[in-house]
Amino acid sequence: MSWALPLPVAIPLIAAALLVVGGELLPRRVYDAIGIAAAAAATAFALLILQASERHDVLHWFGGWHPHNGIALGISFTVDPLGAGMAALACALDLLALVYSWTFMRRQSQTFDVLMLTFGGAMAGFALTGDIFNMFVWFELMGVSAYALAGFMVEELGPLQGAINFAVTNTVGAYMILMGIALLYARTDALNLAQIGRTLERRPADRLVIVAFVLIVTGLMVKAAIVPFHFWLADAHAASPAPVCMLLSGAMVELGIFFIARVYWTVFAGPLGVHEAGVRDVLVGLGVTTALVGAAMCFLQRHLKRLLAYSTISHAGVMLTGVALLDPHSLAGVANLVLAHGLLKGGLFLICGIVLVELRHIDELEVRGAGRRLPGTGVLWLVGTVGLIGIPPLGVFLAHQLLDEGARAQGFGWLAAVGAVASGVCAGAMLRAGARIFLGWGAAEDALLTPEPDEDAPERDVSLGLMATVAGVAIVLGLVAALVPGLEARTQLAAERFADPSAYRAVVLHGAAHGDMAAHLSHSLLSVDTGSALYGFAALAIAAATAAFGLWHRRLPGGLRRAGARTLWPPVTVMRDAHSGIVGDYLVWLGAGTLAVAAVWALTL
Amino acid sequence: MSSRQRLRGVIAAPVLTVLGGILLWGFSGAPAFGDFHGAYGDLLNRIAVPQRHTTNVVTAIVFDYRGFDTMGEEFILFASVVGVVLLLRDIRKPAGSKDDAVQSDAIRLFGVLMVGVVVVVGLWLAAFGLVTPGGGFQGGVAIAGGIVLVFLAAGYRPWRAFGREALLDPFEGGGAASYVALGLAALIAGTPFLHNLLGNGTTGTLLSGGSMTLLNWAVAIEVAAANLVLYTEFLESYLVPHLSER
Amino acid sequence: MTYLAYAVVAWVFAVGVYGAIVSRNLIHLALCLTVTQSSTYILLLTLGYRHGGRAPIFKGVKLGTAAVDPVVQSLTLTDVVVSVTVIALILALALDVHRQSGSVDPDEISTLNG
Repeated sequence: MSWALPLPVAIPLIAAALLVVGGELLPRRVYDAIGIAAAAAATAFALLILQASERHDVLHWFGGWHPHNGIALGISFTVDPLGAGMAALACALDLLALVYSWTFMRRQSQTFDVLMLTFGGAMAGFALTGDIFNMFVWFELMGVSAYALAGFMVEELGPLQGAINFAVTNTVGAYMILMGIALLYARTDALNLAQIGRTLERRPADRLVIVAFVLIVTGLMVKAAIVPFHFWLADAHAASPAPVCMLLSGAMVELGIFFIARVYWTVFAGPLGVHEAGVRDVLVGLGVTTALVGAAMCFLQRHLKRLLAYSTISHAGVMLTGVALLDPHSLAGVANLVLAHGLLKGGLFLICGIVLVELRHIDELEVRGAGRRLPGTGVLWLVGTVGLIGIPPLGVFLAHQLLDEGARAQGFGWLAAVGAVASGVCAGAMLRAGARIFLGWGAAEDALLTPEPDEDAPERDVSLGLMATVAGVAIVLGLVAALVPGLEARTQLAAERFADPSAYRAVVLHGAAHGDMAAHLSHSLLSVDTGSALYGFAALAIAAATAAFGLWHRRLPGGLRRAGARTLWPPVTVMRDAHSGIVGDYLVWLGAGTLAVAAVWALTL
Repeated sequence: MSSRQRLRGVIAAPVLTVLGGILLWGFSGAPAFGDFHGAYGDLLNRIAVPQRHTTNVVTAIVFDYRGFDTMGEEFILFASVVGVVLLLRDIRKPAGSKDDAVQSDAIRLFGVLMVGVVVVVGLWLAAFGLVTPGGGFQGGVAIAGGIVLVFLAAGYRPWRAFGREALLDPFEGGGAASYVALGLAALIAGTPFLHNLLGNGTTGTLLSGGSMTLLNWAVAIEVAAANLVLYTEFLESYLVPHLSER
Repeated sequence: MTYLAYAVVAWVFAVGVYGAIVSRNLIHLALCLTVTQSSTYILLLTLGYRHGGRAPIFKGVKLGTAAVDPVVQSLTLTDVVVSVTVIALILALALDVHRQSGSVDPDEISTLNG
């Protein structure tokens, strides 16, 4: 199975190159078909690799350069189930987005296809790689493809601004990662993750390792949209067409979180092991802040894509918390959250595209009630939103259950409440939007929500059926993913393997054959824990309350509203002003955030 | 400068100063300048010539030991050029009918000579990249630079013969595709991706390195074409509208 | 001497980011990012330097002669290509912004906020 490892990367890339060679020779449909075929092939191979990796880690040394006395000469793809799963999810979302675009993207579809393919190939490479500089290369390819796709709608200023904010902040993040890589190379003379980890393990962390850790993790947190590095995400989503948003929110942000976990467990767990609490506390703090800020900003949006984008930020905060706990249960929870969230959020973005095309606006208040003629779409929106709340046993419930288990094991039981509040408020905002659009409920004006420039609607002659089907597939898959037999136990097993650096090193550097894990693969259905079920229902209640507040807050008694405004409005206004849309401001936050993290870790680690 | 901009500067200066200090603190844990003794680098310096018959170890790393990184890098250039074409699609105005030919005979003569010289230097850099300093990336950029001299020396009309997407796209896409194809060919032959398929050749000559030579040329072609597309795009978006107003 | 090299890296990085923060012109901002990136080149090449080492080219040179690190040179090569591409994209966006709004000041083009 080692031969299959390069394929999820090579196939989309060569297809992209061939599309450019083709130029004007062939009709547009042929190019779209080639793109879809390439994405489908990549997804198929990624799933095949996932299946193989469950039994033992799969390895591929590029160029045939095997390690020489434990020194890695070349680049490896080192694949365990979590990495393969991430690659498969990214390829699958790419495929869904390309199928959706068959009808949604009419102009420039060839260039669009090329960039979507390079984006998909880069994401697969990023998830599968075992070499830190190779990770940087795929990070940049993801970035470049995404910046260009974000600037797709060049006719309006908003998208251009979003693309610039995206490009500048992520580029600075990339430079920080590169500096961190250079420092690790200086200390260990290696670029292979396993080899770096083995060398660093010998001594406790000193100043160089700490600064490298800060630089790499902070750069990845920019990609993962963690507060205070998150400002670019909402702008980028407002800028990008719906299928691109699906990939940004569904896979790219999650890959940032994934690699934070990867780089911690393979490289830094050894030297930082004694200071686990220091690492955990800072990252949990950032994760919780992100979850809450994201949820609050989500509620304040009326631009549908920005609303969903802030919800992604909130979920990214929860994912970071899960990784930060440094516990296999919560890591398994993160894996499940990535899977369910990616599919559900992706589907919701595709519905945004439908709303834009059919109802000609993307602003919740502008299209109030107009969605009544799209009942099927409305139902899909509701189903997707409910999936993101986490009511047992559907959607993100399994993820939250595993996260709660890990949190309790590490003494952070209160995190379950934070998760419930964050997902509840975000879902409430989505329910509010859905109710306003598809049912016409709620007031026609709402001063709480920030007006944004609207988006130009694309041509009308699209196939609503195809778009709705693709969105439906994504949402249904996300909803029922947790019901796959054995998923709970298998992700836990995969997480334990992920968090085992010495086994990883043995496989990569010494070619040790991992024992065949086939015997351990479970097929049992998920079990529902009562505590988590209660949190799930609490989130539902919070969502309903938030939605009701959002729709009908003007009916509250005047005294209550005035008191609420006096206490809440100032901090909310400050928070909103911080999201100014100006790239210079974002960079100041980036610098200040890096400084804060660096200072804390320099002192505590 | 607005007050917001001033505020940003006032906050940013101390933040960046302290951050720079922390970076320096981290750097002080690195080996002293000039004290490099890395196992990876030294190992490759020793084995690249016997194993791959290339005397330029950097090229051996770029196209063989870490050739997969180069594939990604080539596609970064590829994707960004496609992106620039996408972003500038509404602004560019190809084909000015006004004749903006360069008037000075001295410039024209010098330019015509230099085009040839620079392109040949670029080809030499690319071809001999396995032996002496150089390689596909360096050579490709030089070749593109030589061709854009046509615009500088002769004007926009002669440049249009070269700076056309229809001409450049097949080379750009072809270069990128052939790199991946060479990797896939190795895979189909049962060896790992990008494994060497040809014999190693003789050290110190043009025919050394095996597959590396082909990969080198694939990159040279792709980089030259990509750079020319970039020049075309920016020329037609920024300069040509000004020229046709004259 | 050691500290000079690393101090240059930290200084160039900080200056580049500062320039990007207070920039009033998108083209200037793109070039500030180039400056920031240069700091990564300097860091990589500084780390690979060996006193008395020659270039890692062995044509006519005996194998085993001390040479500087070839790996960081290949990393820097990749780095340079990456920077060209990102700057090209940002410049293209700047051209588009100018066409849409007549300005290239980042503070004046912010329509998305909150």
